[in-house]
Amino acid sequence: MKMPEPNEDVIRRSGELAGALAAVLPQGAVLDREDQRRAYESDGLTAYRQMPLMVVLPETTEQVSKVLRICASFGAKVVPRGAGTSLSGGALPLADGVLLGMARFNRILEVDYANRCVVAQPGVTNLGISDAVGTEGFYYAPDPSSQIACTIGGNVAENAGGVHCLKYGLTTNNIQGLEMVLMDGQVMRLGGHHLDQSGYDLLGVMAGSEGLLAVITEVTVRILPKPQTAKALLMGFNSVQSAGDCVAAIIARGIIPGGMELMDGPAIRAAEAFAGAGYPTDAEALLIVEVDGTKQEVNVLAERVSSIAADHSATTIRASTSDQERAKFWAGRKAAFPAVGRISPDYYCMDGTIPRARLAQVLGQIAVMSERYGLGVANVFHAGDGNLHPLILYDANNPGELERAEKFGADILRLCVAVGGVLTGEHGVGVEKRDLMNEVFTEQDLAQQQRLKCAFDPDGALNPGKVFPTLHRCAELGRVHVHGGKTRFPELPRL
Amino acid sequence: MTEVFAPSNAKQVAEVIVDAAAAGTTLDVRGGASKVDYGRPVDADAILDVSALSGVGLYEPEELVITVGAGTPMMEIQATLADANQHLAFEPPDYDYVLGRAGGGATIGGVVACNLSGPRRIGAGAARDHILGIAAISGRGDAFKSGGRVVKNVTGYDLSKLMAGSMGTLGVMTEITLKTLPSPEETRTVLAFGLDVTGGLGVLQRAAGSQAEVTGMAYLSSGSATGSSVGASQSVTALRLEGSGPSVAARGKALSESLSESKVEILDREGSLTLWAEIRDCKMLRQTGYLWRISVPPASGAEVATRIGASCDAEFLFDWAGGLIWVVVDGDDSHPEDIRNALVGASGHATLVRASKDTRREISVFQPQPEPLADLSGRINEAFDPHGILNPGRMVAGQ
Repeated sequence: MKMPEPNEDVIRRSGELAGALAAVLPQGAVLDREDQRRAYESDGLTAYRQMPLMVVLPETTEQVSKVLRICASFGAKVVPRGAGTSLSGGALPLADGVLLGMARFNRILEVDYANRCVVAQPGVTNLGISDAVGTEGFYYAPDPSSQIACTIGGNVAENAGGVHCLKYGLTTNNIQGLEMVLMDGQVMRLGGHHLDQSGYDLLGVMAGSEGLLAVITEVTVRILPKPQTAKALLMGFNSVQSAGDCVAAIIARGIIPGGMELMDGPAIRAAEAFAGAGYPTDAEALLIVEVDGTKQEVNVLAERVSSIAADHSATTIRASTSDQERAKFWAGRKAAFPAVGRISPDYYCMDGTIPRARLAQVLGQIAVMSERYGLGVANVFHAGDGNLHPLILYDANNPGELERAEKFGADILRLCVAVGGVLTGEHGVGVEKRDLMNEVFTEQDLAQQQRLKCAFDPDGALNPGKVFPTLHRCAELGRVHVHGGKTRFPELPRL
Repeated sequence: MTEVFAPSNAKQVAEVIVDAAAAGTTLDVRGGASKVDYGRPVDADAILDVSALSGVGLYEPEELVITVGAGTPMMEIQATLADANQHLAFEPPDYDYVLGRAGGGATIGGVVACNLSGPRRIGAGAARDHILGIAAISGRGDAFKSGGRVVKNVTGYDLSKLMAGSMGTLGVMTEITLKTLPSPEETRTVLAFGLDVTGGLGVLQRAAGSQAEVTGMAYLSSGSATGSSVGASQSVTALRLEGSGPSVAARGKALSESLSESKVEILDREGSLTLWAEIRDCKMLRQTGYLWRISVPPASGAEVATRIGASCDAEFLFDWAGGLIWVVVDGDDSHPEDIRNALVGASGHATLVRASKDTRREISVFQPQPEPLADLSGRINEAFDPHGILNPGRMVAGQ
């Protein structure tokens, strides 16, 4: 993985830089000893490692602003980091970069039940928000599987999803406001406790910007009343095709479930062996559908989903009769990743999105690739929103297997794009999928995205080396070509 | 007479823009031209009419996705979706009534460019939340795309959201892909009569925080209730319930019982559809006078309205459980200071939706932004439209 050329001048002046940063930060907030920096050398994508030049841990927005201004004056790059759970290397450090750890921004600042929103510092965990409002019957809807550890600031940067996206949306659909600091130290606020911003939708731009535009120092999220009740249905099928058809039929009947998850045979068997959730291990596909809402709504929908599944030759149909049983149904799916970890020394988690109808075709082709690469694969699928997580099984101790797994993964993502999908549904591009961006976007598309970055960060100092396969200077991107002397397009219809 | 370019494909849109850049001229971008009187007036050298970029390209109901040309009329899209029992859940409003136009002209490009959303916005999200992808031509004449046709997508910056609400100042959208959703099977509305503003909005607030899954929460003062299809002489507090038949019936009954201190009525499906279309399009408000649209934290709605009412002669309609206030102001003055000062202490913004061209030129139609944010917006505008060709001055003077 080629990262931007380190700036030797910054590395040479690192002592001076550390001193300047220490002067504006609380004691102990600049970590520059090797043993201190070591803890930050990778995020959730552990295949990539790099020691940062130093780590800083500010506590206030003003300190973040000062840190960024000082880094800008030294020409030093900055990599923001929340809890470091990124699966795409979004928080991978740079050898000449300051790692900006936001862990100390860990307070909930305001709970506004009247307007149904919470103002939190970016280092608060995703689950921490739901926990803070749970006693009053509210929750925060997006629930990435790392929710116990991942931070809300990181969720915004990656536009994190979860299993409830189809009905409740992603992070971008559940935030109302932000405070952020630009690389030049300017602090600005977007949105608030009201709906819709005026002006350009910068909130929408910040969501999923992967730490390349600004550092988030405060987040206002919308909270929802917990549904009165929920019911999960567990349905086994003899083929992925029937399960996929069942999903399409549920939606065609006008039902949008709170969650709709599909697992293939290998994933079912691994999860069952690990969690003992009562899954039918002879099934080739398992569908878990959760309906939520008022009691009457849930009963009506559960009945309809069961009857649709029966029409699609489901081999097992079970409906949860208690919250305890519902949790048990989910236990296997939620433990799918560690379960696969138990049947294979290592696994590589992919994150493509495809049109739902192409599921059987895509899984068929993945099986062919699995043969070709000589590596096993288990698939879990957010069937509601088309987000596919193939888990490629490999053993890093066998020379060449990691590289083979990565090639296999890249082929899967190319396949997702080829059938009308995208490279990443919720894990982000980061460094992992950076060099595949050309599969989706033209040079012109990427240039326009980078021009947006230039409006925020003209020196390209914030998290460079992520998302974009080729870095262009802003001056070069901003150059304006006027094609003088062209004809006035005589063929064009005029009114 | 102003020259009108009417390209019939994206390539020709790019040609018009490149040509304008070479000639140093500006373009007024429009689809159905139904909202030319919304926003600051644009004095451009020529009109770029994209209404020929029309038609449904792809519609897969079971995938919940539709791709249309940016100039496709809303009526056509809505009819196509209705055939499959689906809709755009953000309930796009039609501004023809409030802007005094004949009707039927709105296109999807305009709705998205203005990020217009109706009563369901409070739960289902805004127009921007239902856009999966766009193709557009920048002010450089470069084609670019963003997003795709799938719900979950974090591949690259979300330029689709940036285009939503940018009023054609960043690029000319040529194609838009939207998320569609099943239309509700059943719809009923619980009406409570005669509550004062604080009481009515209080009822809506409690409903919004409850498990009753209310999808529309509006308050009509006695003045605006008279002009509605409900035809009441008292104020109307309206709560819409949607979903499966048995569930809607049970929730309607429970909600009515909880409102027993006032006179309560349940509107049937037909009555509900009519009433919420009226609320969405402000049909119970007068078509004369200045019209403001104000977004505030829902719980501040009553207070903000009281402040405005104390400083000018105004009529109100509340949607989004108090978070959206429509204000008709009578007289010669649009009261921009009074309106915007009323927001102090509450976060939010006020937009002058209806006023004469001169007024819209003189005062900020959209809420002025603090300097660093305004500067950043200016730089973004330059990044997309460096020659200042597209809809110059539509949102902010000189940009």
